[in-house]
Amino acid sequence: MAATAFEPIISSAWGKPNSWTMEEYRRRGGYKALEKALEMQPPQIIDLVKKSNLRGRGGAGFPTGLKWSFVPKDSPKPKYLAVNGDESEPGTFKDRYILEDDPHMMLEGIAIAAYALGVHTCYVYLRGEFKFPAERANAAIKEAYAAGIFGKKVMGKDFALDCYLVRGAGAYICGEETALLESLEGKKGWPRLKPPFPAVVGLFGCPTVVNNVETLANVPHIINRGVEWYAGLGTDKSGGTRLVCLSGTVNRPGVYEVSMDTTLSQLIFDDKYGRGMPAGRKVKAVIPGGSSAPVLGADELDVAMEFEAMKVKQTMAGSGGVIVMDDSTCMVRSLWRVARFYAEESCGQCTPCREGTPWQTRLLRKIEEGRGEPEDLELLSKVASSIAPYPPIGLGNTICALGDAAALPTHSFLMRFRDEFEAHIREKRCPFGDKPWGAYGDWS
Amino acid sequence: MLTTRPFGPYVAPAMAEPLFTPEEQKKFDADIADLLSRYPEDRKSAAMLPALRLLQEMKGWLPPEGMKLVASRLGATPERAYEVASFYVMYHLKKPGKYVVDVCTNLSCSLWGAEKMLAYLEQKLGLKAGEANERFTLRETECLASCGTAPCLQINEDHHESLTRAKVDEIFDKLP
Ligand SMILES: Cc1cc2nc3c(=O)[nH]c(=O)nc-3n(C[C@H](O)[C@H](O)[C@H](O)COP(=O)(O)O)c2cc1C
Ligand code: SF4
Ligand code: FES
Repeated sequence: MAATAFEPIISSAWGKPNSWTMEEYRRRGGYKALEKALEMQPPQIIDLVKKSNLRGRGGAGFPTGLKWSFVPKDSPKPKYLAVNGDESEPGTFKDRYILEDDPHMMLEGIAIAAYALGVHTCYVYLRGEFKFPAERANAAIKEAYAAGIFGKKVMGKDFALDCYLVRGAGAYICGEETALLESLEGKKGWPRLKPPFPAVVGLFGCPTVVNNVETLANVPHIINRGVEWYAGLGTDKSGGTRLVCLSGTVNRPGVYEVSMDTTLSQLIFDDKYGRGMPAGRKVKAVIPGGSSAPVLGADELDVAMEFEAMKVKQTMAGSGGVIVMDDSTCMVRSLWRVARFYAEESCGQCTPCREGTPWQTRLLRKIEEGRGEPEDLELLSKVASSIAPYPPIGLGNTICALGDAAALPTHSFLMRFRDEFEAHIREKRCPFGDKPWGAYGDWS
Repeated sequence: MLTTRPFGPYVAPAMAEPLFTPEEQKKFDADIADLLSRYPEDRKSAAMLPALRLLQEMKGWLPPEGMKLVASRLGATPERAYEVASFYVMYHLKKPGKYVVDVCTNLSCSLWGAEKMLAYLEQKLGLKAGEANERFTLRETECLASCGTAPCLQINEDHHESLTRAKVDEIFDKLP
């Protein structure tokens, strides 16, 4: 399908000696794209990014060029770029490798984006737990200042850019873009009502673009190798390659860079990637895009890990977090753990989310512990619907999409594995006994 | 001996010792100034998260008088500092054990035995998740972005992954 032969572009240097240094990055041709971009007119760059079909890698898959074009050109206020490195969606662990092994690729993307948008201050927001990634990124920022990439004159041009790293302090909700902005403003992470969108009213009330780490790491490649080449790597509506994070019960978990038309079953079974299931086990369930994405069954894996293809299946490519569960894994226990996460991380602003997420958790615990009653499934589904009905995705009754994220797993697990929930209630116990966590759940 | 009488006027207990030594105070002042230089002049309070982190790195937790000091430097009220400090799980409003141990038990880690690992640690450290003693604070935590190298844990923000029983023993037995 793709017009350009696949090659890894984001992960190509990972694991190589000193891949995170400016010297190595330059040896690989680094910062050539920035040089090229600084010769162009800013609107021209935004246009290229639009044509590249680059879509946000943070979860929503929003077209990046389009987002950039929403920033008002004539606003007298300063504009900001906020980089989302909160990476807290369960099952997602890709941005940390960019930060650890190739931070300059992201920094070059930042500089190009800032020039295109007329931004003079960028904040890179990393989740608080990212101590080592922050050290690498901070060292790279320092190198970039020393080399004149950041500072009063970017590469000698009359364009100033400052870049600061900020660490969060442990709150999943701060990955949501408006909560991230609140946190950057030094407040608790309470999402804002949208509209207005951050592109118009963002940080300190000024126009702000929020982009994911991986999204920005793609930008230099578009400038370097041309928009046809880049768009050709992907499908009609999604340009480039993508990082997917494979975890759960599979033989070789890890981050893999794949072409957009790679399917879930290829990822799980191919020798290049997951190398299949442990001996004697079969796939039961796969969460395709971080724990917020509706779960798929074993017969639904021939779907490409691309935004549009996943939408057809009523699920999401999301943040690229693919979690595999084998046929000896308890679905009730799994969903209970996921539900507990959202109850823990709800910021508490909206009643359906604040009250609904712990309610779901209590019901699931009750069922898993063998105390479930037949009416509980209906009630569980009602509670989830009052946070966000499904299908389709996106009907949430709450300020931010954490509500949707909390309800979608419940709806989809109930839809696909209802018999397992019923068995718990009927048998008044978990059929998996004290081994609910599948083939690798026993720890050695 | 009681220093305040039950019904008399409130007498604030004298602070046992100042928050910082003179050298610490110097470092704190310089670091706060550097943080403030990163934000617009009229947005000093934006530095709240990094400033609280600085305080915690220096004191091991967030003592109330420290939060007051941070707030005053940022032109914010102490309540604002407390509001932020109590929202984020990485800030310690009470003095934690010497080692804060955060064990991820989210889905991908549990599929690789995280619950069993936590049970083993509870036994090894003689603490239940959520409890603390002088040496350890043991907590269950959410996904740490190591799902591909599960199970994992952090000790005072130092990350350990692909953990086996032998590895856990080695790490904990080596702690000074
Ligand atoms: C609850 C919640 C958590 C999120 N967490 C993250 C995150 O950790 N990292 C991220 O890049 N985007 C996250 N997002 C998506 C952001 O809101 C936003 O869409 C994204 O950062 C935009 O960047 P992009 O267009 O480059 O993807 C989250 C969204 C929600 C609703
Ligand atoms: S949906 Fe949940 S997390 Fe989002 S704003 Fe409402 S209460 Fe907070
Ligand atoms: S689930 Fe434990 S690190 Fe992601």
